[in-house]
Amino acid sequence: MIYFDKVSKLYNSGNSVALESVTFQVAPKEFVSIVGHSGAGKTTLLKMLIAEDVPTEGQVFFESLDIHKIPRGKLPKFRRKIGTVFQDFKLLPHKTAFENIAFAMEANGRSDEEIAENVPQALALVDLQDKIWNFPGELSGGEKQRVAIARAIVNQPDIIIADEPTGNLDPIATYEVVQILKKINDLGTTVIMTTHNKGVIDELGRRVITMDEGRIVRDDAEGKYVL
Amino acid sequence: MMLKGSTFCKPSIIVYYFMWTGFKRVVRAGFMGFWRNAFVSLAAIFVMTVALFVIGSTMMIEKMLEVSLQNIQAKVDINVYFVTSADQVDIDSLQISLESLPEVEEVIFTSREEALAQFSERHQKDDIIMQGLEELGDNPLGSSLSIRAKETSQYEGIARFLDEQQIAEDPQDPLIDEVNFLKNKEAIDTLTSIIAAVERASYITMVVLVVAAVMISFNTVRLAIYTTREEISVMRLVGASNMFIRGPFMLQGIMYGVASGVLALLILYPIVLWIGPKTENFFQFNIFTYFVSEFSQIFTVLVGVGIIIGMISSLLAVARYLRT
Repeated sequence: MIYFDKVSKLYNSGNSVALESVTFQVAPKEFVSIVGHSGAGKTTLLKMLIAEDVPTEGQVFFESLDIHKIPRGKLPKFRRKIGTVFQDFKLLPHKTAFENIAFAMEANGRSDEEIAENVPQALALVDLQDKIWNFPGELSGGEKQRVAIARAIVNQPDIIIADEPTGNLDPIATYEVVQILKKINDLGTTVIMTTHNKGVIDELGRRVITMDEGRIVRDDAEGKYVL
Repeated sequence: MMLKGSTFCKPSIIVYYFMWTGFKRVVRAGFMGFWRNAFVSLAAIFVMTVALFVIGSTMMIEKMLEVSLQNIQAKVDINVYFVTSADQVDIDSLQISLESLPEVEEVIFTSREEALAQFSERHQKDDIIMQGLEELGDNPLGSSLSIRAKETSQYEGIARFLDEQQIAEDPQDPLIDEVNFLKNKEAIDTLTSIIAAVERASYITMVVLVVAAVMISFNTVRLAIYTTREEISVMRLVGASNMFIRGPFMLQGIMYGVASGVLALLILYPIVLWIGPKTENFFQFNIFTYFVSEFSQIFTVLVGVGIIIGMISSLLAVARYLRT
């Protein structure tokens, strides 16, 4: 379970409010979409979750753990519990699809045998078995995002965090990515996704948290995109 | 809401297998990073080579200065001339007293006969002097002691000691005829100050050059790592440990150091080979002979400094991207 407890984030010595007393929780296996205009605080909220940013006030818990009290040396181990997907894919351009995914397993200290077994499975889950030796430059936007998702899930994390995963994609690729995220969620992984895309929210029909100026203004159990 | 404490586990002994696997991956990634960013690697190696060449050259210039200054210092001495009637026992006693002084490096005795032989040899072509010597019949020269100090600045102290000896002498039966320190004092003082100034200047120059070289190298390696900052951010996101992230860059830093150290030596070799005979003529010190005889030390210093610069630069550069 994830729990944000009155989390605030101020920048520029308090002149700019990114988050203001944000409180919500996400149950295991839930699929939550976070929507809002640019600057609403969606990305800051996700950064808190992967300990990339520190709250000015409040606490963020992952299961029983206060994320921002984790010693710096133990953060990598914590981050392995979370898979991340970004709008700009963040694939390493000089590595093939296989190597990009294997890299995440290598960083986790997994054996070569496990890598040889799990990477093709992860690629199969995103339906990219035939692109296993392609470099990111040889893939379409949708394919790149699917490789990024495969990389995020290959270590079987508890949560997938997707920051605008469809932001750079055409409608067909968007549909495919959303279907993959749904499939991953159906297999038992919690998914937290930020998006601007009303179509995606409608397609999902899952919980939607709406943010505005750093605050949660709506929290609907069933997908509604109201801004 | 009340939540329980941390659930992190302590690493078990089985982890050693994974550490070995991790080490192999770090080495592989280091080599791949080195070749993949070949242009940036070459730029870093080039800058570090220049830096190490400067360090190597400075080392050898410093040695050359040191040896030539030692040669000059070896030529400086104080001579004590004794009266012709001086008793050998008194001279021996003074020699022992001088040798016991901590600042004295060496005391050489020249007998009256040796002094005459040297004088005659020096002036054998001067008929007037030789004729004058013959007319005198007796040896007009006294015996002498030539005193060499460990440092040129110590001659003053030795001269003071000799002054005290002269003062203590019986004026009716003197032992010492003349001490030539006062005549040499001006030359010795000038030489002492020149030596001190040259040493100071060479140290300052060396420090400035080395600091500049190291700073340029640091910045070049940092620039090389800057190009891979995106990769570092991805490494962090997938949960790579800091050591797993740093490792390949540290290895690259070591490779830069080794390559540039060897290159600097390869550049120095033909230069010292060419300049060696010239330095022998001018400084009585063959820099090529020194380079060859002290090669292991020079190799260790240049490659070692290269490795240290490369590794520390990499560590500092990567640390910037590892801060949360």
